[in-house]
Amino acid sequence: MVHHHSNPSPLTDMSQLFFLVWLRKNLFNSWINTILTILLGTLLFNSLLKFGHWAGNFAKWEVIPQNLPLYFVGRFPPGEYWRLWLFLSLLMLMTGLTWGVLTRLSKGYLFNPTVLCGLALAVLTISIWPFIGDQPLLIRLQLSGLIVLLSVTAQISYWCGHPSFPWGQRLTLGWVVIFLIGLWLIMGGLGLPAISSIAWGGVLLTALMSLVSSILSFPFGILLALGRQSSLPVIRGLSTLYIELVRGMPLITILFVGLIMVPLFLPSGWRLDVVFRAILGLTLFVSAYLAETIRGGLQAIPKGQFEAANSLGLNTPLTLGLIILPQALKISIPAIVGLFISLLQDTTLVSIVGLFDLLGISRSILANPIFIGRHAEVYLFIGVLYWLLCYLMSQGSRYLEKQLRSHP
Amino acid sequence: MVSRHSSDTPIPLWRDERFIRWGLQTLVLAVVIGVMGIMVVNMNRNLQQLGRQFDYTFLKNQSGFNIGEHILPYSPDDTYGWALWVGYVNTLRLILVGFVATTGVGILAGIASFSDNWLIRRLNLIYVEIVRNTPLLLQLFFWYLVVFFGLSDGSGVRRLAGIVYISKKGLYLPWPANTVSTWVAIVSVFLLAFIAYYIWRWNLRQMEQFGRPSGIPRLLLWGIGAIALLLLSVGLNWSFPFLSNDKLIIGGVRISLEYAAMLSGLTFYTGAFIAEIVRAGIQSVSKGQWEAARSLGLKTSAAMRLVVLPQALRVIIPSLNGQYMHLAKNSSLALAIGYPDIIATGQTTQNQTGRAVEIVLLWAVTYLTMNLLISLVMNRLNQSVQIQER
Repeated sequence: MVHHHSNPSPLTDMSQLFFLVWLRKNLFNSWINTILTILLGTLLFNSLLKFGHWAGNFAKWEVIPQNLPLYFVGRFPPGEYWRLWLFLSLLMLMTGLTWGVLTRLSKGYLFNPTVLCGLALAVLTISIWPFIGDQPLLIRLQLSGLIVLLSVTAQISYWCGHPSFPWGQRLTLGWVVIFLIGLWLIMGGLGLPAISSIAWGGVLLTALMSLVSSILSFPFGILLALGRQSSLPVIRGLSTLYIELVRGMPLITILFVGLIMVPLFLPSGWRLDVVFRAILGLTLFVSAYLAETIRGGLQAIPKGQFEAANSLGLNTPLTLGLIILPQALKISIPAIVGLFISLLQDTTLVSIVGLFDLLGISRSILANPIFIGRHAEVYLFIGVLYWLLCYLMSQGSRYLEKQLRSHP
Repeated sequence: MVSRHSSDTPIPLWRDERFIRWGLQTLVLAVVIGVMGIMVVNMNRNLQQLGRQFDYTFLKNQSGFNIGEHILPYSPDDTYGWALWVGYVNTLRLILVGFVATTGVGILAGIASFSDNWLIRRLNLIYVEIVRNTPLLLQLFFWYLVVFFGLSDGSGVRRLAGIVYISKKGLYLPWPANTVSTWVAIVSVFLLAFIAYYIWRWNLRQMEQFGRPSGIPRLLLWGIGAIALLLLSVGLNWSFPFLSNDKLIIGGVRISLEYAAMLSGLTFYTGAFIAEIVRAGIQSVSKGQWEAARSLGLKTSAAMRLVVLPQALRVIIPSLNGQYMHLAKNSSLALAIGYPDIIATGQTTQNQTGRAVEIVLLWAVTYLTMNLLISLVMNRLNQSVQIQER
């Protein structure tokens, strides 16, 4: 079945033929599939039409640009925004450096089509997004500057990233330093005016809480995993008890433990900030799951590795630290990233106990009489934000996994 | 560790493995007990300062708060203990219906990923990717505030798909009326299902013995199916909701919007994970099994039913256990929506009485027993599908 155009060319004819064959094979290959296709197609078309009608005519999207700072940094004092910009630039610098070096080491291409598409999309969004404020141009320039910084650093480090230089340790050290500088810039103190945790919010608080609790949960998770595998009955019993207790309870109850019961457990007069109590709750929760994930990795290590290490004269701590854990952790990277993605999603629960993470701040925006009833717009927007964060994390982990596989 | 020393000098104590083992365990135990002891002492002192002590006598006091929806009889005059029990029953109502619904959605979506229809595969992929990459709490808010409140827009009543009504008060669905004939019909459908199962088993054994199915049972099974369908459509005495003249909805069953939002959110969220498990399970059966089944003359549907699915179930069921436990735990997010489950009623109790420790312990025990029960049932199910080894 070839339809003739007004100016038929062999190429369009062929592609059209392929298209029709494809349609026949993939959508209309049996009567039941034909019915399903037509049914679902109409339904989909109708829903998209309705959504477009709503988005164009009824939705009031100004709830998003007008509150943009709230979504991203909460009630962080605007006079101190320069700290966050500084931190973002450092972050871009470090990301570019790591990316360039890793790509060089794995002999890959820096700007493959996917990455280029992503960067172009980011620039496009920055240039057409309706920023509201005194200097929309300045914000556009700053954001574009960050992207330029990222690309340029990546390119430079790609050129200079000589394989003989011990990059691995330097990069890790760099990330630790960046993390500490970031904490200092966000919290203040040591020369900078301190910013109370009540002012943190939005994406900033979500990222901070998930990052800090995932870092804190690492030592606990490893110890618990080793404890559960241990041949010492008391340690094994205690680890198993903790892991099973925490895994049997919903996160919200553990957050309540952190928020309500921890102040009772502390000596009178001691106070722990509410954000840190939430982080404590998240850490207690995620360590148990992390322990099970790492245990999976530990179980995958053949027994010969233990025996070989023992016969070399390594004692148990050295065997675990030098031989077993590096292998076990490397195996479990995909599962660990999956766990941290769900941790990022689980931080939304702190909005129930009154913190202003991305979901919490959205709810407080929706409680504002000016924006009442704008649930659909706000939830769609933060849904896209969460989706992007999770997607970037999983893509990053896939990239890291590939690099580690090619460069042990 | 050197276990046997070559020289005569005895092993020093700090390098003796027995000493290290026991010393380490004693140390860990001492630290754990010490920290917990300090915590309990602090807690007792802090509670004393607040003029309270740890006990459960408050459960006998009158609660005084209202619970929006309940199956068991409840009024604010009842005790805190009864209020928590009513909340627990609400949790169970959510979880048990959720298990059935999410299994259905998950299996359907899992099989859809093998469909040869491009549109179905795409839609399925979009569903799974969206649901798994956004927070459940956000999805619940979306279902509650955008979908259900959006549908019930305005103060009036709205009719959906002809037979369902929705208003701010809830969703009104057709439901079997509580009459004798309904129960007779339900019991007979169950009986018919049993009979059909045994006929199917007998037919299978015939197939194994003689290499071909006997023709009669197939007809019989169709007949049984037709009778069951008839019983379900007519015998159940369906009561349809309708709008009376004074703008009231009569008949059917009312489901609160909170319950509907929780159920849809949990069902579709867990369903996406179950879909992936089902997909992985079916993929885990080696291709040779399909080919062998086909070369024995089994049709695709029979090969799926008799050869692939039983093997896939061995992979699927252990992972399903985890998903059911997640669903049970995630039902605690009802607190954010305002569905009065055990967490929400417990939270109200705790706000009124200040009994934080007691309530948190109660929650812990509730969820731990619930998850233990799920694990027990699923393990029994798992045992029944594993390979029977000699």
